[in-house]
Amino acid sequence: MPAHDDHDDSAVATRGDQVPDRFENPGLPAHQHRMADTDAKAAKRAERQVAALFTLSMVGTVLLLVAYFAVKLEYNNMSFVESLDQLRLSNQLLGGGLAIALLGIGAGAVHWAKTLMPDEERIEYRHLQRGTDEERAEATAILKLGADESGIARRPLIRNTLIGAMAMFPIPALVLLRDTGPMPGKHLSETFWKEGIRLERDQPGGGAVKASDLTLGSVVHIMPEGLEEKAEDLLNERAKAAVLLIRLEPELLAAESVPGSYNGIVAYSKICTHVGCPVALYEQRTHHLLCPCHQSTFDLTQNCKVIFGPAKRALPQLAITVDDEGYLVAKGPFSEAVGPSFWERG
Amino acid sequence: MSTTTSPAAGVGNFLDERIGASKLTKTFARKVFPDHWSFMLGEIALYSFIILLLTGTFLTFFFIPSTGVTTYTGPYSTLQGQEVSEAFNSTMRLSFEVRGGLLLRQIHHWSALIFVVAIIVHMFRVFFTGAFRKPRELNWAIGVLLAILAVFEGFLGYSLPDDLLSGNGLRIASGIILAIPVVGSYVSFFLFGGEFPGEAFIPRIYTIHVLLLPAIMLALITFHLILVVVHKHTQYPGPGRTNDNVVGYPLFPIYTAKAGGFFFIVFGVTALMAAFFTINPIWLYGSYDPSPISAGAQPDFYMGFMDGAVRLMSGYFEIAAFGYTLSLNIAIPALILPGVLTTAAIAYPAIEAWASGDKREHHLLDRPRNAPTRTGLGMMALTFYVLLWIAGGNDIVATHLRLSINDITYTLRVLVFVLPPLVYVITKRICLGLQRKDREKVLHGRETGRVFRTEDGEVFELHAPLSAEDRWTLVQFESTHPAELESATDGSGVRRPGGLLNRLRQRVSRFYFEDRVEPVTPAELLEAQHHGHEELSASGGEQPQVTAGTH
Repeated sequence: MPAHDDHDDSAVATRGDQVPDRFENPGLPAHQHRMADTDAKAAKRAERQVAALFTLSMVGTVLLLVAYFAVKLEYNNMSFVESLDQLRLSNQLLGGGLAIALLGIGAGAVHWAKTLMPDEERIEYRHLQRGTDEERAEATAILKLGADESGIARRPLIRNTLIGAMAMFPIPALVLLRDTGPMPGKHLSETFWKEGIRLERDQPGGGAVKASDLTLGSVVHIMPEGLEEKAEDLLNERAKAAVLLIRLEPELLAAESVPGSYNGIVAYSKICTHVGCPVALYEQRTHHLLCPCHQSTFDLTQNCKVIFGPAKRALPQLAITVDDEGYLVAKGPFSEAVGPSFWERG
Repeated sequence: MSTTTSPAAGVGNFLDERIGASKLTKTFARKVFPDHWSFMLGEIALYSFIILLLTGTFLTFFFIPSTGVTTYTGPYSTLQGQEVSEAFNSTMRLSFEVRGGLLLRQIHHWSALIFVVAIIVHMFRVFFTGAFRKPRELNWAIGVLLAILAVFEGFLGYSLPDDLLSGNGLRIASGIILAIPVVGSYVSFFLFGGEFPGEAFIPRIYTIHVLLLPAIMLALITFHLILVVVHKHTQYPGPGRTNDNVVGYPLFPIYTAKAGGFFFIVFGVTALMAAFFTINPIWLYGSYDPSPISAGAQPDFYMGFMDGAVRLMSGYFEIAAFGYTLSLNIAIPALILPGVLTTAAIAYPAIEAWASGDKREHHLLDRPRNAPTRTGLGMMALTFYVLLWIAGGNDIVATHLRLSINDITYTLRVLVFVLPPLVYVITKRICLGLQRKDREKVLHGRETGRVFRTEDGEVFELHAPLSAEDRWTLVQFESTHPAELESATDGSGVRRPGGLLNRLRQRVSRFYFEDRVEPVTPAELLEAQHHGHEELSASGGEQPQVTAGTH
């Protein structure tokens, strides 16, 4: 028995003997009624389901209200963990109540539409966006009339001065933005560091660092001493002055970094030369510094040259020495701008 | 004058006599919208925007947009005594001491993520179904703008609490701004009111976040929706659906209930997420300080692709010459790439229309398989995006899969160039294969799973013919032919202007439409039916006709 025996050739619409080039749209399929359309019991059931969902929403709202007044965010005599638990409980009850209140309404409305409202598809006809030729001619005529009435073509003086005025008018808007900030000047190239400033630990309590305190392989996050008291914009200065201090075996250091080092102790800017994140990850085994933002990797043994990632320039070295009391101090300011590159940087 | 006394009639009369409500009702209340799950993606974006406005307003009642320094004295004991900004402090107070504050903050943040996800998925739906074609090109462009604004708006909102994570995000943004050639440091100084971070940025981005961008977005969304009404919604092809009609359900009451209900569902699901899933726990990060940072820091997902592009770039591209520095290593991924992607997206409808030469209005959506090149290009773009996004989390990938971050980065640097074209080719092949499958189904009917054996021992599966309705969906599409090359000279042998452009157009058109599968014609079906009687017993199927396929 051939597979297509039950095929009816009339499935292809034919007009007489002529076969059309394309199939014809068969039109909307016959509508199929839902249970609720034909069975009053099913309709009643759907009605009750919708009402139940709306009722559930009311329960959610009540839950939210009860939670709001019953669970207070007062943490007197609570331990750290207990206070977090209290916050979580409040958040979950309020959020849960709100979710029930909202989902009840939403699910109820959708269920109502899907089961009880008519589901027979309706057809609406579209019209071309384009106007008819007459409409277009009319529109053109109106615009032309308006232009004529304004006289903009006949009076070029008005037209030209208007163009001039409109072109100049936005300039003040730009000029007014001038005072949003100072000119960059040399700000990006200068930091708080200068000769003789002690290196201080960047932690509560701080404290200057003695060269003798540093063991081999230790890393210290450093800020210049006196920054907290003297800086005008503390965060701005911190964003440029942050330094990493590391002690290596002196023979590991590259020749270029030796003049700025002291007994194998070197200080480098902690601000990434890529886009300025703190280069805070130090890998002791490989002597690599890694920026967690975009993974630029700097090799301490090569004067912090970039060995991987999107940064181009080495981290600037802060030349250090010790003062009379044995504390580490800067030999001078950074010899170049720290942080991200910028056009005038050179 | 009203003749009835019912309150509803009274209100109706009041509105009609003042704003012509009866005419508006007549025009809009029974407007027909087609039904399809994929049409709800844009709705999710719209509703998330409304949720963002509602919850955001609540947040402003408690948030203090200031970098002023204060000491944290709230209940979160690990931060007690620390110097924090007013912005951070008020966000902490909002989270820990205002009932429902944490909930609404978390709804706001989750909603922002859902907003951007919904926009992206909605865009791909519109792209893959060809809904951007004439007359909807402008609305597509508005959509692209909205997507970009949504990303900016999200980033600014993320930055407001002034915590360590968002501060480092802003630090990166400032680094990117500094990379703008010539004027970078000026732009940065004017935006931040001086050096980074300064004290101006929180109040400034606050105004932009709560006023400027939402206002622009609201205007664009309104225009976006007005155009949907003007154009009437697109619909998927099917029996009874034509390019000249729209088949569906009326706005009132069906969509009032369905779409209105769906708003509550979107809101409800977002509330559920906010109730049970923590997002952006700023108390773990502390207030922003430019010196510390945490490993594995990740931005919100929508910044991921750009961050990934920045991560993949090599520092090699930074050029220092003549006393100036040009940071192409940053400018290319963070400034040029987003610009190119945006331009390409906005220009795409025009490019495809140019290639096809089709100037008609299109209201019937394409099944993605019926536009193989477009679908391939879309998948190519999606692959590129996802690879960059993965690159944005290369450190997370490295720690979770215990791989070398360098290897991942090197691999991704190659993959972003190799994989997208490969995906293009594969997708296109799959589409053509599906089209051939459609042809076979129309010609030979669908498989029934019923296997017969004849008396001679021959075995075959019974195929059932498709109903006229089912068949229509498979044969209704048009298969566009490549543009013909106009001869370079006109009738009298004079060179036509624009010959080069014409040849380019022909090449683009061939790229788009050379490989194609034609829909089954009635004649082919008749032939197959007659043929089927003898032929099927021999081979069990025939190769569908493919025109001009070259691969």
